[in-house]
Amino acid sequence: MTLLRIDALNVQIGGTPILRDVSLSVSAGEVVAVTGESGSGKSMTALSVMQLLPDGAQATGSVTLDGHDLLQLDEPTLCTLRGNTVGMVFQEPMTALNPVMTIGAQVAETLRLHRPDLNADAQARAVLDRVELHDIPMARFPHELSGGQRQRVVIAIAIACGPKLLIADEPTTALDVTTQAQILALLKRLAAEDGMGLLMITHDLAVVAQMADRITVMRHGEVVEDGTTAPLLTNPAHDYTRALLAASTHRVVLPEASSDAPLLRVDSVVRDYALPRTRLFAPPRHHRAVDGVSFDIPRGGRIGLVGESGCGKSTLTRAILGLEPVQAGSITLDGTPVTDPGVRRKMQVVFQDPYGSFNPRHRVSRLITEPFHLLPEPPPDRADRIATALTDVGLSPGDADKYPHQFSGGQRQRLAIARALIIRPELVIFDEAVSALDVSVRAQILDLIAGLCKQYNLTYLFISHDLSVVRTITDRVLVMQAGKIVEDRPTETVFTAPTHPYTRTLIDAAPTLPQLEMTP
Amino acid sequence: MSRALWLGGALSALVLVAAGLSFFWTPFDHSAMNIPDKLQTPGATHWFGTDHFGRDLFSMIMVGARTSIAVALVAVGIGIGLGVPLGLWAAARQGGWADEVIMRGNDLIFAFPSLVIAILITAIFGAGAVNAIIAIGIFNIPVFARVTRGGALPLWAREFILAARVSGKGAARISVEHILPNIANLLIVQATIQFSLGILAEAALSYVGLGAQPPTPSWGRMLADAQTLVSIAPHMALVPGVAIILTVLGLNLLGDGLRDALDPKLRVARA
Amino acid sequence: MLRYALKRLTSLLISLAIASLVIFAVIEVAPGDPASFMLGVNAQEDTLAALRAELGLDQSKVQRYLAWVSGMVQGDFGTSYQYRTPVSDMIAQRLWVSLPLALYALALSTLIAFPAGIYAASRRGKAGDVGVMGATQIGIAIPNFWFAMMLVLVFAINLRWFSAGGFAGWDKGVFAALKSLTLPAIALALPQAAILARVMRSSLLDIMGEDFMRTARAKGLTRAQALRRHGLRNALIPVLTILGLQFSFLLAGGIIIEQVFYLPGLGRLIFQSISARDLIVVESVTMLLVFAVIVVNFAVDLAYAAVDPRLRGRT
Repeated sequence: MTLLRIDALNVQIGGTPILRDVSLSVSAGEVVAVTGESGSGKSMTALSVMQLLPDGAQATGSVTLDGHDLLQLDEPTLCTLRGNTVGMVFQEPMTALNPVMTIGAQVAETLRLHRPDLNADAQARAVLDRVELHDIPMARFPHELSGGQRQRVVIAIAIACGPKLLIADEPTTALDVTTQAQILALLKRLAAEDGMGLLMITHDLAVVAQMADRITVMRHGEVVEDGTTAPLLTNPAHDYTRALLAASTHRVVLPEASSDAPLLRVDSVVRDYALPRTRLFAPPRHHRAVDGVSFDIPRGGRIGLVGESGCGKSTLTRAILGLEPVQAGSITLDGTPVTDPGVRRKMQVVFQDPYGSFNPRHRVSRLITEPFHLLPEPPPDRADRIATALTDVGLSPGDADKYPHQFSGGQRQRLAIARALIIRPELVIFDEAVSALDVSVRAQILDLIAGLCKQYNLTYLFISHDLSVVRTITDRVLVMQAGKIVEDRPTETVFTAPTHPYTRTLIDAAPTLPQLEMTP
Repeated sequence: MSRALWLGGALSALVLVAAGLSFFWTPFDHSAMNIPDKLQTPGATHWFGTDHFGRDLFSMIMVGARTSIAVALVAVGIGIGLGVPLGLWAAARQGGWADEVIMRGNDLIFAFPSLVIAILITAIFGAGAVNAIIAIGIFNIPVFARVTRGGALPLWAREFILAARVSGKGAARISVEHILPNIANLLIVQATIQFSLGILAEAALSYVGLGAQPPTPSWGRMLADAQTLVSIAPHMALVPGVAIILTVLGLNLLGDGLRDALDPKLRVARA
Repeated sequence: MLRYALKRLTSLLISLAIASLVIFAVIEVAPGDPASFMLGVNAQEDTLAALRAELGLDQSKVQRYLAWVSGMVQGDFGTSYQYRTPVSDMIAQRLWVSLPLALYALALSTLIAFPAGIYAASRRGKAGDVGVMGATQIGIAIPNFWFAMMLVLVFAINLRWFSAGGFAGWDKGVFAALKSLTLPAIALALPQAAILARVMRSSLLDIMGEDFMRTARAKGLTRAQALRRHGLRNALIPVLTILGLQFSFLLAGGIIIEQVFYLPGLGRLIFQSISARDLIVVESVTMLLVFAVIVVNFAVDLAYAAVDPRLRGRT
């Protein structure tokens, strides 16, 4: 039986069309995934079902949930449906909960609102148990929980009243891969147990493949294709779906590594942070973020560093860049400590955020030449170097006079690479450099990096939480857990035959697309 | 351009023009007493009326604007000149001893009731415009230090600052090259707010006789003169009061308008 | 929570110590000898010396500072040079005017500002919001002592509802006393209310954009319910800061309003003492005001922790 039917839905905000003629349906007990890249309108579709569109949005068409046409209902009636007939889980668990209210009160509030017949507190406890938070007291505040636990609380709020439809908007995007696996399993179990319809919004095709019965692919506010999961993924009808799939499983070809003498040597490095004292006269406590880490990067090596948030990989990166002091051990490049100013010019970095990594007030020519500051004197062929650097990363020399906001996210990441390469560093650090990008853009940037490897014989350390990316762009992988390197072996070996249990957990948790028989 | 920006800019410009013009021309000599013409209500000859000595209020307001602007401007200058470098320094050394000392010092200055201290300073070291400027200026320092530090801290965590550090730039250079231009908006808006507060504070100080001394006219003292006569000559209180209100209103609107106009988020949305 | 309070308390004591040093130093460098000021220019050298000894002015600076501080801790603020009465008595008497005035003004300011700010935030961008915000712009721009004069002109001189100045005294009954504080309290409160209403509004608007407000709406709460149950308490955090600042401002800012209304409060005491070079009174009243500000800030810090559980665990 059809639970939710969206029919010819159009949404405009201030005259700009956001959704055009969107139709989809969810039956009871069915998992339907809406997928697409940023700007596809997939989140807006979810908010239309909740009727929580931003102010000034106008919706036409019809959204029928359990026999009610939501677009025709008044606000008080909608309030009786929200949280009761339809629940919603959001992307960012860190901010989705009220910071000054206990988690028990937040779950109980939904119950008090819709189910006055029940004992709200007892029921809230039962719901928290259902989302596997047995050990967490109701009196906890959100800031006392981990990200995964908070997302469970958000799920508990959404399912507390036993809704017929659950909407999950990128529910695991902000989470680590092992936590993601648990949350996905939980959502699937809850939907199955209660016979709920689950409308899942996600950009990650691997997650879609694992979760969904049916898939709707969106682009620019329109549905391009929908259908049952397996046939759609193995034999997509639309070019865009095919391109999306290809980009998601994109493999690059790296040139043969020229394994030489070590370039970077990290030797028994320890980085401690002082923690605030618990008592006035207690001995100072420490958090050991990096715990006796040693590895080498040979010249021409492409090394990956993977691990979950809080494992110490960011601290290690900063220490390698000489931005952070270490308490023990040494980090040397060509035998010289990285804190030496002369070594700085041999290393450059590309950061994650394509929007935050440029001073918005400077022009491209000034931005990408910032590393020239490291040279004893500015190079005489400055203009040529700028032109070359821009051409190398697939931009045009004419872009030198533009400001960063005139570029898209992918183009900015190209600028960041241009900035890193302009002084021909011996080591480049890619710090989650493709993590914020859509899959198709990500594939292009990975190709660019592979191409630059051929051109300049790059040596790099590629830090990422995304195993599939690391697998294609590196030839050796370091796995980091709780400040230690637990595995350091050639990439393919790590993925096909992991030795450390933690590595195995990571690989098992990462959702993968099934090997597809693509028809051309 | 928003309406706030227009209105605020126009009011502020009006006051500035009046103050500037007063150096060359006023309808009457602002200090010339003319007892027969005393306490005249606003009219064709004396646009804003006259005071109890028959002095022309319009001329006094024009010259008084000079005092208000000069005191507030220099006091803001003191705040920016000392507060901004301190704030930049504290942000660059976040969590270090310099940060701690600067911010604790700020808290301490904030703990002093500003008006009381201003009164104390001017009372002890002598009433006058210079001491009024110092007394108001001191309390601008922690305001600018705080705004600067508050604006700079999130920038220090941004990746473009990390990129600059990877490029070997020192904290001082990054502060001037990257931090300062990106918090200029904040500082401009804060400066207009402090400027308007300075005008209010100057009026209060000269109202109690601790600001600019006669014969320099000032709006606050005009109000003090008006107080005992308020029942028979209310215009004497209304005229300087409205002058203060319009000036402060104009500056505040200008600040609000600038904040909206300079907000980079809005600008990106328009671009 | 206790640890948080203790840490705040320590910094409170340090602030007080430094503040007392600063005040003492400022008064020390002040030109003019209280003894010769009291006895006039023709006083004999030995009479002056005797008076200085009596006032303790012949002791070293360190001794005088320590005596002053240890006296204050025990509630002894010394003896007024001018009136030869204990300063603590003078302060206590004046405090009974200034403190009720500040509290009265704070209450008025809160009562006006909270509803105005909440109303404006809930009508964002509509005529009601624009009207309230326009009124607050003007409210901020009004000098409170000028507003006081206008209140006197309208309500005391023309309408004769209130007296133009002076304080009835608490012995005339609470109503009479409060009535004589009403115009001063309004004059103090309105400009403060304008600031507070703006902070309330912008704080609420910030909170409305938060993710957890969307969660609250997804639960089925109406816009108003979500605002009341989830928005207000979070919005209160910045508002508390302003409230704390305002109280200290009202206590000290009364200084000028007390001049307008001839109220026998701390402000007038400071003025009179400054002109009489009665520095021990100036010193002590200033210290008392600083003490009040620091204690209020301490209370605000504790209130933060009560409102925001994230602070409680922190040291």
